[in-house]
Amino acid sequence: MPVTDITKDLDACSMTVLAEYDAPVERCWQLWADPRQLERWWGPPSYPATFVEHDLTPGKFCTYFMTGPEGDTPHGWWKVVSVEPPHGFEIEDGFGDEPGNDNGMPLTTMRVRLADRSGGGTRMTVTSTFASTESMAKVLEMGMEEGMRQAAGQIDAILEEG
Amino acid sequence: MVVDYLLADDARADLVFNALADATRRDIVRRSFDGELSVSALARGYAMSVTAVQKHVAVLERAGLVHKERHGREQRVRTDIEAVQAAGRLLDDLEQLWRERLGRFETALDDLLDDPFDPIDPLDD
Repeated sequence: MPVTDITKDLDACSMTVLAEYDAPVERCWQLWADPRQLERWWGPPSYPATFVEHDLTPGKFCTYFMTGPEGDTPHGWWKVVSVEPPHGFEIEDGFGDEPGNDNGMPLTTMRVRLADRSGGGTRMTVTSTFASTESMAKVLEMGMEEGMRQAAGQIDAILEEG
Repeated sequence: MVVDYLLADDARADLVFNALADATRRDIVRRSFDGELSVSALARGYAMSVTAVQKHVAVLERAGLVHKERHGREQRVRTDIEAVQAAGRLLDDLEQLWRERLGRFETALDDLLDDPFDPIDPLDD
């Protein structure tokens, strides 16, 4: 597998994935910049993606839908924030039928970096950041603890804590 | 896992993480573990209107983190503990999603090698 490292930061609500490929940066860039090539890998075989619009220009949108085994077609869109061909780009992404109309769904930011690997090939870094901050880890831990407590039948103790 | 795979996981993570990004909403989740409080009762703990608290509850409902239960004439808010626990596993799901996606990236690179393409010499930065 090309993925060499994954860093998850619960407090920053971000995940960074590092992958290495033998192909040069220009070649890897094409897989993002050409919608027909992007479609070949963005969705899994059971949910292939079709890009309806694709314009990697700041302020422009890329919109796509995926076709599921039951004929369901979830839609997604990217709003392009910045582009630096062939070294990377940053987008905001969301879900819904209309670009910019996120149906109340909040945004994630995805940043892609392509760098020459020493000795040839490409190091690709993808960072996804959720629009969320501090104390996330705390509330998640709390959920774990509460779950265990209740499973243990100590509901009364929780009620008393109010 | 197949049906709610990929886009669904991305969307769910967005909803859940953003629902939990707000201090008031985290507090509502905490206070609703025992499912005893109505929206008005919850609102008495905050310096904001019942309507404002109702909006926070709606965000949490949409993320599947709380639901309402009818008790006589009152609707009470209850935290879905399993959903809160599942939220803790969302980043693991996303990790899997990206491992597979970037694996397909490599396959796509290999598949397209036969296509017309002139390799470019690595640039010396």
